[in-house]
Amino acid sequence: MNRDIILAGVGGQGILTIAAVIGYSAVERGLFMKQSEVHGMSQRGGDVSSHMRISDREVHSDLIPEGKADLIIGIEPMEALRHTSFLKPDGWIIANKKPFVNVTNYPDFELVWKRVEEHSNSILIDGEKIARDVANAKAVNIVLLGAASTHVGLPVEDLENAIRVMFARKGDAIVDANLRAFAAGQKFAAEKEAVSA
Amino acid sequence: MKRMMLLGDEAIAQGALDAGLSGVYAYPGTPSTEITEYIQRSAEAKTRGVHSQWSANEKTAMESALGMSYAGKRAMACMKHVGLNVAADGFVNAGITGANGGLLVVSADDPSMHSSQNEQDSRYYGKFALIPTIEPSNQQEAYDAMFHGFEMSELHGTPVLVRITTRLAHSRAGVATQDKLGENTLRLPDNKRQFVLLPSIARKNYDTLLKKQVAFDEASQNSPFNAYFDGDDRSVGIIACGLAYNYLMENYPDGCPHPVLKVCQYPVPRLHVKKLFDECASILVLEEGAPFVEEQLRGLLDESGKIRGRMDGTVPRAGELNPNIVARSLGMEVHVGDSVPDATVPRPPELCKGCPHIDSYKALNEALLKYDEGRVFSDIGCYTLGALPPFNSINTCVDMGASITMAKGAADAGLVPAVAVIGDSTFTHSGITGLLDAVIENTPITVFILDNETTGMTGGQASHARGRLEDICAGLGVSKDHLLVLEPLARNHAASVEAIARELAHPGLSVVVQRRECIITAADTRKEKREEAQA
Ligand SMILES: Cc1ncc(C[n+]2csc(CCOP(=O)(O)OP(=O)(O)O)c2C)c(N)n1
Ligand code: SF4
Repeated sequence: MNRDIILAGVGGQGILTIAAVIGYSAVERGLFMKQSEVHGMSQRGGDVSSHMRISDREVHSDLIPEGKADLIIGIEPMEALRHTSFLKPDGWIIANKKPFVNVTNYPDFELVWKRVEEHSNSILIDGEKIARDVANAKAVNIVLLGAASTHVGLPVEDLENAIRVMFARKGDAIVDANLRAFAAGQKFAAEKEAVSA
Repeated sequence: MKRMMLLGDEAIAQGALDAGLSGVYAYPGTPSTEITEYIQRSAEAKTRGVHSQWSANEKTAMESALGMSYAGKRAMACMKHVGLNVAADGFVNAGITGANGGLLVVSADDPSMHSSQNEQDSRYYGKFALIPTIEPSNQQEAYDAMFHGFEMSELHGTPVLVRITTRLAHSRAGVATQDKLGENTLRLPDNKRQFVLLPSIARKNYDTLLKKQVAFDEASQNSPFNAYFDGDDRSVGIIACGLAYNYLMENYPDGCPHPVLKVCQYPVPRLHVKKLFDECASILVLEEGAPFVEEQLRGLLDESGKIRGRMDGTVPRAGELNPNIVARSLGMEVHVGDSVPDATVPRPPELCKGCPHIDSYKALNEALLKYDEGRVFSDIGCYTLGALPPFNSINTCVDMGASITMAKGAADAGLVPAVAVIGDSTFTHSGITGLLDAVIENTPITVFILDNETTGMTGGQASHARGRLEDICAGLGVSKDHLLVLEPLARNHAASVEAIARELAHPGLSVVVQRRECIITAADTRKEKREEAQA
């Protein structure tokens, strides 16, 4: 078992929460894991990313080699595209649809979406809408995780359990909201993949 | 034994605590900050009374750690790589005094300059000071290095440098802990003149340090952090230092066919290197940072063509390594995914919406309109983003504190008015002495202290300047008539511009404090208060 995952977004979009959920599940399964984070300068409205490596063998490099990632989860569409050089030919891109525009030369939205969708294995998802419908706008990251959940290489129940543990401190209502967000993301992806299959 | 998921920085912190640390001394700096923050949050450190308050700068941190070592306890000083420049005087001379209680200096390098102004390699400092250096290759070794480092430090009576880089500092992995060691008790050095570096004593100490080199070489040769792995294919032998070892193994998941020398403790283990050199047709040196080992290997006169690395272009001369760069240096083909340049643009960092620095720069820019461009000397912090559009306000950022002193030099050269822009934490780090120079000569510069009441850039650590700025400036001798405090808010804009214009026109020294709390720390404080109120 071996999964290399890139999490991408803009500072403050909650990629480290997704990393924590996946990481907790991997460690509970007794797998090896390395996860590199971006701290510091790049957090102030800049792009952030995290490389997660899960394996049943010792993981050497903290960084995923280019051309080797199984999955990119992007909480922002352009940020998902920023890392495509890392993706395997049959790797998956799961990207949120809503652009985060804080630069004047942000590319044409349609072009960004098109570039995501032309990738053979990709899902573009309106995370904000789904999160608002079933939980709250903050849960976009968990919607995305749900949409990506069958590609993470871990049992979906493990991820759900990790969500319970990670959000326990914030109370049952928040745990349930995030589980709903997760399930809704999962459902969206399943329908989408069924259509394209 | 426990297993914990830890960042490299956290592994160092936990390792030091478990190895009997009595005090950490540090000034924040990416990527070293999380070491000290981990100890500050640790319940155990609190119970034991382990010192973990921030120091004013890396020099005061280094010297305080040395003082704790003098008193017989285990101490650690942590900093980012450029911080070691600031601490260098104490650091190098601590090599000569030697240590009493275990003394570790952790320097976090930032190859590729993710959040730094250069990518200097701290291993040169270890060699310069003639002391051992450990460069852990992973989180487990970072943890273990604390035990090994303190032991070596006390055995040989020497400070030990620990060099890490960004990727290790900020990457998380499983770490197995060891049995904890107790802290040392207070025990002064047997020789009460050991730390008096009068020339007559310093010469003796230096002689002792030179004699220790043999033991340091032996320690490297036998270090658990260094290893020689033989291989059948001797067309090339590989020296892999620190993280480079991981990138190498990433490319050989079933084992490397070539002989490999893993180097994670210095001085460079010479006998291992010699064996590799004698047995292999060529040598490839892989190291994160500068060609530190490669340079030593080549010397001045190597023309054998046998050695490859950063200096002959086999590996790029600058920047961080990664598995792909290492694969290419081994002649492997690398298949990279397609990038989509037409749909991605850079997203540079920016000042937060509502940041006080925005209003400070707007006012300064307007007040400076009637002067020629190119007279604003600035410094390091969030406010350095004032160099970028839409502000384009500042003309320099060199090292912490250089704003005031460079403005002074430029004013001395005739650039009047010259303006310095410095943050509150940077001011107490290294601005005070420069301001004193300007006070003594009443140099016609206007110093803006952007007081957001925190150390914003590195994540909002408490600032030594808080509540003390006016007293510090007045104490240095800044005239009360030219010591102003403004509040950078849009509604104060016109009044601020006027006040600033007056000070720019003043033919002597002025200090303008622009005070409004960083909106990120202000929001955090509000949140903490709310949570306290609810609890
Ligand atoms: C010698 C040295 N130590 C530490 C750092 C890391 N560093 C960069 S800016 C900064 C703090 C800046 O705080 P302040 O001056 O208050 O400005 P702010 O970021 O709050 O605007 C630090 C610690 C550095 N660049 N150089
Ligand atoms: S962290 Fe604080 S000081 Fe830094 S840009 Fe944001 S508001 Fe300004």
